[in-house]
Amino acid sequence: MTVCYNNSMSIQPILQLQNIHKRFGAVTALDGMNLHVVPGEILAIVGDNGCGKSTLMKVGCGVIQPDQGHIVCNGKPLQGLQPKEALKAGISAVYQDLALDPMRDCAGNIFLGKEITSFTFFIDHKSMRRKTEQLLHELSIHIPDITQPAGSLSGGQRQSLAIARAMHEKTPIMFFDEPTSAMGVRESAKILDLLRHLREEGIAVIIISHNLFQVFDVADRVTVMAAGKKVADVLCSESTPEEVNQFILRGRAK
Amino acid sequence: MKSTKRIRRLYERHTTEFLLTGVLLLVGIALTLYSPHFLTAKNLKNILEAISFRLILALGMNIVITSGAIDLSAGSMVSLSGIMAAMSVKAGAPVPLALGIGILSGALMGLINGYAITRTKISPFIITLAFMSVYRGLSLIFTKGIPITIFPAAFLFWGRSDVFRINPPLILGIVTFVVLLPLVYHTKWGQYMMALGGNEEALRRQGIPTSRYRISAHMVLGVLAAVTGIIVTARLNSAEANAGLNMEIDAITAVIMGGTPLTGGNANVYGTFIAVLLLGVIRNGLTILSVSSFYQQFLIGVLLLFSVIMAKKRKAFSINTNL
Repeated sequence: MTVCYNNSMSIQPILQLQNIHKRFGAVTALDGMNLHVVPGEILAIVGDNGCGKSTLMKVGCGVIQPDQGHIVCNGKPLQGLQPKEALKAGISAVYQDLALDPMRDCAGNIFLGKEITSFTFFIDHKSMRRKTEQLLHELSIHIPDITQPAGSLSGGQRQSLAIARAMHEKTPIMFFDEPTSAMGVRESAKILDLLRHLREEGIAVIIISHNLFQVFDVADRVTVMAAGKKVADVLCSESTPEEVNQFILRGRAK
Repeated sequence: MKSTKRIRRLYERHTTEFLLTGVLLLVGIALTLYSPHFLTAKNLKNILEAISFRLILALGMNIVITSGAIDLSAGSMVSLSGIMAAMSVKAGAPVPLALGIGILSGALMGLINGYAITRTKISPFIITLAFMSVYRGLSLIFTKGIPITIFPAAFLFWGRSDVFRINPPLILGIVTFVVLLPLVYHTKWGQYMMALGGNEEALRRQGIPTSRYRISAHMVLGVLAAVTGIIVTARLNSAEANAGLNMEIDAITAVIMGGTPLTGGNANVYGTFIAVLLLGVIRNGLTILSVSSFYQQFLIGVLLLFSVIMAKKRKAFSINTNL
């Protein structure tokens, strides 16, 4: 039933999640899930609603602690992973809920947790704003007034802002949870281009998406999840959206 | 053209501050015209004396509300920390040590509040409602309901005005304001206070130890409540379990009137300062005009309504806080 492709013949995976279990009360979100990703690869995770994609990602970022299982990053096991250590280990993410502070402006959100300071104590609002403008310009993200609080931006703009923050962090392992769900066609294409750039730079990109056409457009490999388990792992070049769709549907029926 | 737009934007972003300052000026002018007793050195001194300790407590409350919490036990902390300092003096401790014990007890109470909130993840309203009773109860237990009175001059110094022509409570109030202003707006600590109120989970995911920051907010209020407690005790030359009664409500009123949202996420330190001043002037003015004190409560309520409604109407942006 499980179709597996061994992608780590020559390159060591940079991140491995092994046999991850997570329960929320009576609900089993992850039931022995395995995942690996190598540098310079775009891995897509697909699956129906509630199959544990976002939970898996949060486990990988240290936001949720698994009940069981190992997280191995660069060959080193990470025990009791917390967000701080995950960032240190080079794992960052764009969350589905975007994790923006609605009351902070764009610069405050992009630099949240790593503010630029002068004299080690005082926040340098000016250079944070300047760098934010520069960053948004580089990524060709258009936000008319960057001093606006994030809560007053449109859905697409907010998503762009969260992606800009990730691009600013630019760690070796990057998760994207439905990064284009609130965006138009043209904006989505721009984001997919950004992901390709990340791949060229040797970054391991993991994208969660419902849009199979988008997945086959950008990803190298697809992992299909159902009921907290991996049901398939195929190379995009050797599969079709229809086949992956079948995996999703069959996994669900089980 | 551009400058008028700029002024307009400035006004839209700082509506509360502008309005409160305007109302303060209007009330001040009106009182000066109506009564020859208002704009006198003695009366201004009275006003400042009456607001300086309220200002300190309100500024502390401002930090806690900014962080998205609330502390109903602030008034009880004022009482208990004043009693701790007073009991130390009575036990023979030198005044500086007694003051230190008072401040430390305030910090400890703040630590307990913050720890209980972050550990249990129960609403700060409920936790501090409980501690409001606990601390007030301890005040009653320690004093057996009898006020502790008569203190050495070195202790009374901290509550009196015009000792050597300086006014320690006022100086403490202004120092608190001047220190908190850059601390809130220009340090990481201040930014994280606001981010705690805005989106605590986002801050946590950025690798910030949010619990420690939340506890620090309550400790700052605890320390400032202790400073208030010492001032009040020294001012009245008496430490009693009833001290600071309803003071947390006055502090919350000033913070909200000053434009800090009750849900947190943003701080308005200047607004709190002006609101405390305005409330002090109104209380004083009504007394001067010999208006019955029954009208004070009524008027303060109306003013609070007016300021929050105006601030809501003139908000430059409608912010969707349910991101």
